[in-house]
Amino acid sequence: MNVTRFLSRNWLVSYAAVYMVLLYLPALLLPLFAFNSSTIIAFPLKGFTFEWFGVLIETKAVHKAVQNSLIIALITSAISTLLGILGARAIVRFRFPLKRGIVGLIMIPLILPEIIVGVSLLVLLMQIGISLSIWTVIAGHVLICLPFSVAILSSAFQGLDPSLEEASMDLGETRFGTFRRVIFPLILPGIISSMLITFTISLDEFIIAFFLTGTDVTLPVYIWGQMRFPAKLPSIMALGTILLLLSIFLLVLGELFRRRSARRQGKSTSPTGGLV
Amino acid sequence: MSENAIIEIEDVSKSFGSVTALRGVDAIIREGEFFSLLGPSGCGKTTLLRLIAGFDEPTGGTVSIAGEPMAGKPANMRPTNMVFQSYAIFPHLSVGENVGYGLKKKKMSRQEIADEVTRALAMVDLAGYGDRAAHELSGGQRQRVALARALVMKPKVVLLDEPLSALDKKLREQMQIELRQLQKQIGITFILVTHDQEEALIMSDRIAVLFEGEIAQLDTPEALYRRPVNKRVASFIGVMNFLPATVTASSDTAMSVNIPSLGQVDLHADQLPEGLNPAAVDTIGVRPEMLTILFDESEAAEREAPGEVTSASYCGDMTYYSVLLAQADEPVTISMRNTTGRSILTPGTQVRVGWGHESVVLFD
Repeated sequence: MNVTRFLSRNWLVSYAAVYMVLLYLPALLLPLFAFNSSTIIAFPLKGFTFEWFGVLIETKAVHKAVQNSLIIALITSAISTLLGILGARAIVRFRFPLKRGIVGLIMIPLILPEIIVGVSLLVLLMQIGISLSIWTVIAGHVLICLPFSVAILSSAFQGLDPSLEEASMDLGETRFGTFRRVIFPLILPGIISSMLITFTISLDEFIIAFFLTGTDVTLPVYIWGQMRFPAKLPSIMALGTILLLLSIFLLVLGELFRRRSARRQGKSTSPTGGLV
Repeated sequence: MSENAIIEIEDVSKSFGSVTALRGVDAIIREGEFFSLLGPSGCGKTTLLRLIAGFDEPTGGTVSIAGEPMAGKPANMRPTNMVFQSYAIFPHLSVGENVGYGLKKKKMSRQEIADEVTRALAMVDLAGYGDRAAHELSGGQRQRVALARALVMKPKVVLLDEPLSALDKKLREQMQIELRQLQKQIGITFILVTHDQEEALIMSDRIAVLFEGEIAQLDTPEALYRRPVNKRVASFIGVMNFLPATVTASSDTAMSVNIPSLGQVDLHADQLPEGLNPAAVDTIGVRPEMLTILFDESEAAEREAPGEVTSASYCGDMTYYSVLLAQADEPVTISMRNTTGRSILTPGTQVRVGWGHESVVLFD
């Protein structure tokens, strides 16, 4: 009786609680089974073990997949952030014909289903005869990471007082010198934030990597491949746990840098300060 | 061209798309003077300053600095330095690094730069502030840092874009005097952009009044106040009462003017604005302090006119009266110093208003 009364009075709180549980409970199952000593993914839990993490360390294919994923994520974040700097600068500082349309095109991969992007890129690459490799995955990942880079860096550039650049020029500095001595240091937190977030997106991304990967599979694709073997499931759970923690760590770091950038320029630290 | 011209602006115009910001501006700014560009917002004064600084290129005409045409020279190649309205203090650098920013591009040793920075900071009363972070400074201090950063470059001209508008009234008035003194002391030409006519009058040697992209009048503060060329300049600088008038007789040396609300007056030729057609005169202007209320029977003036006080605004040292003259539709403003024994007149009081032939300015 008391519970129903509580629920009816605080339905919004109850709704939020149910929502959070449904959203995050599955993710919590991952570490739970990663440390479970049974090979079968089911309750009740049997015992505590580090065995599955040991299996990961011994499996060569995992090393290779991790290496591929790291290379792809690193290069993707570098390219995407570099392009993001150029794009964001143009969007914030200049007016040019078809600006809205161009910005829209850059942002479209945000809402485009990844399977569409993956399939169409695959068809395109096949047509022009480019064989699948790490680089094709990087191309696909840059496409979906660019909107994030542009959004993060636009907010960094937006906080930049244009008269700072003029002051630098006025004091005898060249355009490039102005970028090096004024613009770059002030948007550096945004650059780091963009690199961390795109790195994380690329590291976790499955669908595009699945379509565009050749023989060098990425970590998520490797995990997908191993799902067919029930005996491998616990070590996949262990791998998933590591990925989960790494992703959370990188995203938190990225957000901290973004806030620092906003604070440095004396702007509000609202998480929706940019385009996202 | 004048011998000591530092900046020559010849027939300069500037358009942004379909918007014309400046048209046919001619001006010569002399070496060592404090020059102000004064006008309401949108009059083109900041645009002109930016053309001099090199942030924009004129659509037509030429800007020369120290005899050298500046066309095609970007801001970093010009002997000018600017104090920005927002001050544009680099937030990631300390006060000292801000001031020394431009010196790094000059061939100077670390020690020389440090010495110059110290000297510049002392000049703006910020000695010992070199290691402070930019965000630790107050508004007035930021303004001084921006000034030191410009002065340390030893420019031929310092450009100031409304540098005092962000400060509170007390500090602003103090800075006006300090800036003026500093400029006279170091002898560098200053060009100030402001919309505040009082500020321009206090600080400048000469003022160019701009309206809608054109210079309406370029003169000394006193000449602008005493002899405005038209009604618009007259009402922009200080307070001006306008009264209908007609010229009844004119010769090369004198002019007879009939002002219905004040009376008849004869003016000397040297009092007449240049190029004014006597037949076109329809208005006279008279400043509030050029009219006096004659409090006692014993007081007398060159000329007198009757009127009635309609309101009084007490401002401490002064009282501003609105007085409706006998033959006028609208009241005139008269300022009176509140000296001893002078009480505040109440509305409805009948008064005698004193004036003289030197009080009035003619307008067409």
